Amino acid sequence: MERIKKAFEEKSEGILSIFITAGYPNLNDTIEVLKELEANGVDMIELGIPFSDPMADGPIIQKASEVAIDNGMTLKLLFEQLKDLRQHVSIPVLLMGYLNPVMQYGYEEFCQSCQEVGIDGIILPDLPLYEYEEEYKELFESHGLANVFLVTPETSSERIQKLDGLSNGFLYLVSSSSTTGKKDGIDGTAEYFQRVQNMTLKSPTLIGFNIKDSKSYQVACKYSKGAIIGSAFIKALNGSENIKESVNNFIKIIR
Amino acid sequence: MSYNVDKKGYYGQFGGAYIPEMLYPNVEELRKSYLEISEDSEFKKEFDYLLKHYVGRPSPLYFAKRLSEKYGAKIYLKREDLNHTGAHKINNTIGQILLAQRLGKKRIIAETGAGQHGVATATVCALMGMECIVYMGAVDIERQQPNVKRMQMLGAKVVAAESGSKTLKDATNEAIRDWINNPTDTHYIIGSVVGPHPYPDMVARFQSVISEEIKWQLMEHEGRDYPDKVIACVGGGSNAAGAFYHFLDNENVELIAAEPAGLGINSGKTAATTKKGKPGVLHAAKTLLMQTEDGQVVEPYSISAGLDYPGIGPMHAHLFDSGRGNFEYVTDEDALKACFEVSKLEGIIPALETAHAFAVLKNLELKKEDVVVINLSGRGDKDLGTLMKYI
Repeated sequence: MERIKKAFEEKSEGILSIFITAGYPNLNDTIEVLKELEANGVDMIELGIPFSDPMADGPIIQKASEVAIDNGMTLKLLFEQLKDLRQHVSIPVLLMGYLNPVMQYGYEEFCQSCQEVGIDGIILPDLPLYEYEEEYKELFESHGLANVFLVTPETSSERIQKLDGLSNGFLYLVSSSSTTGKKDGIDGTAEYFQRVQNMTLKSPTLIGFNIKDSKSYQVACKYSKGAIIGSAFIKALNGSENIKESVNNFIKIIR
Repeated sequence: MSYNVDKKGYYGQFGGAYIPEMLYPNVEELRKSYLEISEDSEFKKEFDYLLKHYVGRPSPLYFAKRLSEKYGAKIYLKREDLNHTGAHKINNTIGQILLAQRLGKKRIIAETGAGQHGVATATVCALMGMECIVYMGAVDIERQQPNVKRMQMLGAKVVAAESGSKTLKDATNEAIRDWINNPTDTHYIIGSVVGPHPYPDMVARFQSVISEEIKWQLMEHEGRDYPDKVIACVGGGSNAAGAFYHFLDNENVELIAAEPAGLGINSGKTAATTKKGKPGVLHAAKTLLMQTEDGQVVEPYSISAGLDYPGIGPMHAHLFDSGRGNFEYVTDEDALKACFEVSKLEGIIPALETAHAFAVLKNLELKKEDVVVINLSGRGDKDLGTLMKYI
């Protein structure tokens, strides 16, 4: 949680957060990808826990998830890979995924493992708000974990206020009503970004979904603290022979 | 203890709405309005009218004389196979299309496994002149061609789900993704008592006409309005939910659920969810789920495409967990035997799904005066391709 806070304190605009599925493209690439992202000036990382049925994801992240599972990635193995995370990486790292693998690992064990390896926050889009409030808020917070909520163009202002009140990291503004990597750019939803920007929220916001190039990154930065890129980055790593080079090339395109 | 849904959308520990924010407005709209709309007298009037004149309800409750003689009990068959489109699925699609109209939706999406729910959805969309998109696993499209053609004849667009294992579970994922991408004009007609609250309760209510009719029909036949046992097959569990609904809290009635054991419970090729599953979250509901230790969903197997689902409706997970339901496990082989037996003894070819319910009879200790109702959820014509190999 603290590293996320610090990141937003130190940088008031143009934050770049990258999503990557753990164990992709190869099982043991996880740490190397994170190191390269930090070396290229990325501000924050969302590490995806692969799941067999990623219902909110488009084809690119679905495929990455499938490849990672086939590679042998499990949540247990992921925490082993992340054992020395904080010797290699100093930027905030969040885990993002679907509820079921976390449920099977055990919520308490999950939070404890997160704390042990130095994870800063959690994004579980299918964890219902009521269940988080009633059962897991204290648990997450006592392990120093920020819980990040999603907001969409269809989310009412009243609900955004409520999510903001419960948030202890940032609000994840989903750029349009879509699955990940589905639409071409984020130009059509300026009105929604403007509406959220005009609300007086205590939490910083980042815009994600369908950001894939410098132009869409700039749009996101205009309306929020920065952008989250997933599908486009995964596409760039697909078939990569040299992770260092692929990461460097991709980040150069974005900023 | 109540076995029906509670105010928060749970059956015991199962159920709920494990949805991403992208689906929240849609599901919330349904949650707020489904009871009010479906309890409205105009809605009820139209629903009842269509069930009677379009679907052909009430479906008969038929005393199966020769089966009764063979198994030594009074066996009645609830003839859902005689409904328009040949299965119970249409009870739910009629209800949901009327609901979708009242919510002002213009576009209907659905998932389908064997194609029965897809056909029932395409049928009501044709009836109401609404756009219809049915997601179906690419593998299922290959093996269920006649139903694909039926849907197309009815004006529906059938879209292949190419992700994952390309079967029902993936068709459901694709339908959910469609709904995320089309949040305002689209209604998703889920075909079973699965998915986020209020779907399990809403589908169970629309299917509850089955047990509502059983009550008065038994009164005519037997002078009492409940049986000793109700038997139904369970994949997701919509026909069972409908057949059990009005007997859930009547402990005189034994609720028997026939689950597909596939090649055998421990064969690795099974869909016996209550036996092999653990609590988990799939398709936005907490329920019993076949999965790996790491929480990845395991691909189910059954000879019957309609029972080929790795989870089970939360109502049934609770009936299992609480001990209220008696769960029996039926292999492909026993289902096939039962299918041929019912065909020869009663002149009725049941669907392979339904055959699982009949296969349970030989496991039960029955007394002559026991009144047993089997929900004959669908007819077997669609399975001829599979059955031909065994004739």
